[in-house]
Amino acid sequence: MSLMTMIVKMSEGLSKTCAIFFLTLLFSLPLGMIVALLRMSKVRIVSAVTRFVITVLRGTPLMLQLLAVTYGPYYLFGSNVARNKLIPVVIAFSINYAAYFAEIYRGGIESIPIGQYEAAEVLGYSKFQTFMRIILPQVIKRIMPSVTNEVVTLVKDTSMAFTVSYQEMFTIGKQIANSQTSFMPFVVAGAFYYIFNVIVDYLMGRIEKRLDYYR
Amino acid sequence: MADNKNTAGSGLISEESPGDPSILSIRSLQKVFGAHTVLKDISLSVNRGNVVSIIGPSGSGKSTLLRCATFLEHADGGDILYDGCYAIRDGVRASKAELNRFRTRFGLVFQNFNLFPHYSVMRNITEPPILHGEDREAVRARAAELLHKMGLEGKENAYPYQLSGGQQQRVAIARALALNPEILFFDEPTSALDPELTGEVLKVIRQLAEEKMTMVVVTHEMPFARAVSNRVIFMDGGVIVEEGHPEQVFGSPTQERTKQFLRNYQQ
Repeated sequence: MSLMTMIVKMSEGLSKTCAIFFLTLLFSLPLGMIVALLRMSKVRIVSAVTRFVITVLRGTPLMLQLLAVTYGPYYLFGSNVARNKLIPVVIAFSINYAAYFAEIYRGGIESIPIGQYEAAEVLGYSKFQTFMRIILPQVIKRIMPSVTNEVVTLVKDTSMAFTVSYQEMFTIGKQIANSQTSFMPFVVAGAFYYIFNVIVDYLMGRIEKRLDYYR
Repeated sequence: MADNKNTAGSGLISEESPGDPSILSIRSLQKVFGAHTVLKDISLSVNRGNVVSIIGPSGSGKSTLLRCATFLEHADGGDILYDGCYAIRDGVRASKAELNRFRTRFGLVFQNFNLFPHYSVMRNITEPPILHGEDREAVRARAAELLHKMGLEGKENAYPYQLSGGQQQRVAIARALALNPEILFFDEPTSALDPELTGEVLKVIRQLAEEKMTMVVVTHEMPFARAVSNRVIFMDGGVIVEEGHPEQVFGSPTQERTKQFLRNYQQ
């Protein structure tokens, strides 16, 4: 198989790689905020349970979580494994990344000086207005570098979908590598991820720059 | 929300306490942090158009007193009344909605300014009144006027980090004034400033005093307190040790602790 054919075949899986990537961000970024707020809840039991869930999600391999979400229902309830594997894959990725984002958000929120809340309170901002207008914008600026880190990692982590045989780019590459006994597909995959991340890096850099107007 | 000031006395807990002409009265206020009583039985009242300075060593409870009066701390006992209406009665707070209406009556200037760093000077000043439902254009005009008064023309579009501490504090004063408070609290407004910048902030406060703005100022600037106040309160150990006309408190204090404090200050 020529290199060109490999590239064409593998790029057919790129749309699925992108699907995992974008859908995971779409769900995990907001979900992470909910988890962060639960983690910071003043109700002890809520924050304790959330904290435990976060340690499980961060303390066990994403690969295991992928397998659990994809095949768990079959072993537990005898229900069929989802025909479209994208669904369990995105669920597993979103939950896992939400745990990481939650801790980033929490760090960002806790780094905002208490005086910002007090000033807003005295000036008559409601709790919701204070969070949306005063706290959140400052949090976003502060956490951008950490979020970029996670997003770059997510690009590479999409390759883990091969463990549940979801036909994204890396899974196809691995199949070609096996059938052709060639290392080339891995080189192609590496190049794809690298280019993907160069673009991600550029875009995140642009966002950071736009937030550069204040200190 | 624009007519709040007229409706503040309508609630249950905030019924009027008759025969009290002061804007702010505090009666037997208590505040406890853990095992430590920070405020013991503090009573004071502030009349319209007066400037009251609170002096005293650090840890004496001055800032806590302001923070209780502005609801940033929860008083544990005593009453706080604005215009004769109970905001706090026997340590029990009025409802959230009522406290919000009381908040429209006062402004607070912090030691560390606490400007919103992601907002321009203009937006720092205009957003709170606009959120209260005031007309955008009217608020902007008032903000421009306030900036002129604070000597900050041309800084409308600057961000707080681009300003000196003294300028930031003047923006914070303008931000508080933009809500047309009846009384303005200052919590050590010059303590975070370099010495050469305190003058410009004190000058602005002095100007407000001349315009008969009602103010309560916690400060370590003794000459300023002496010059600008109608009344000076000396606090130590969570109690008011001595209070009176500035000339009396500074010139001929009667309490030993006051004398000692002022002596130490002069050295």
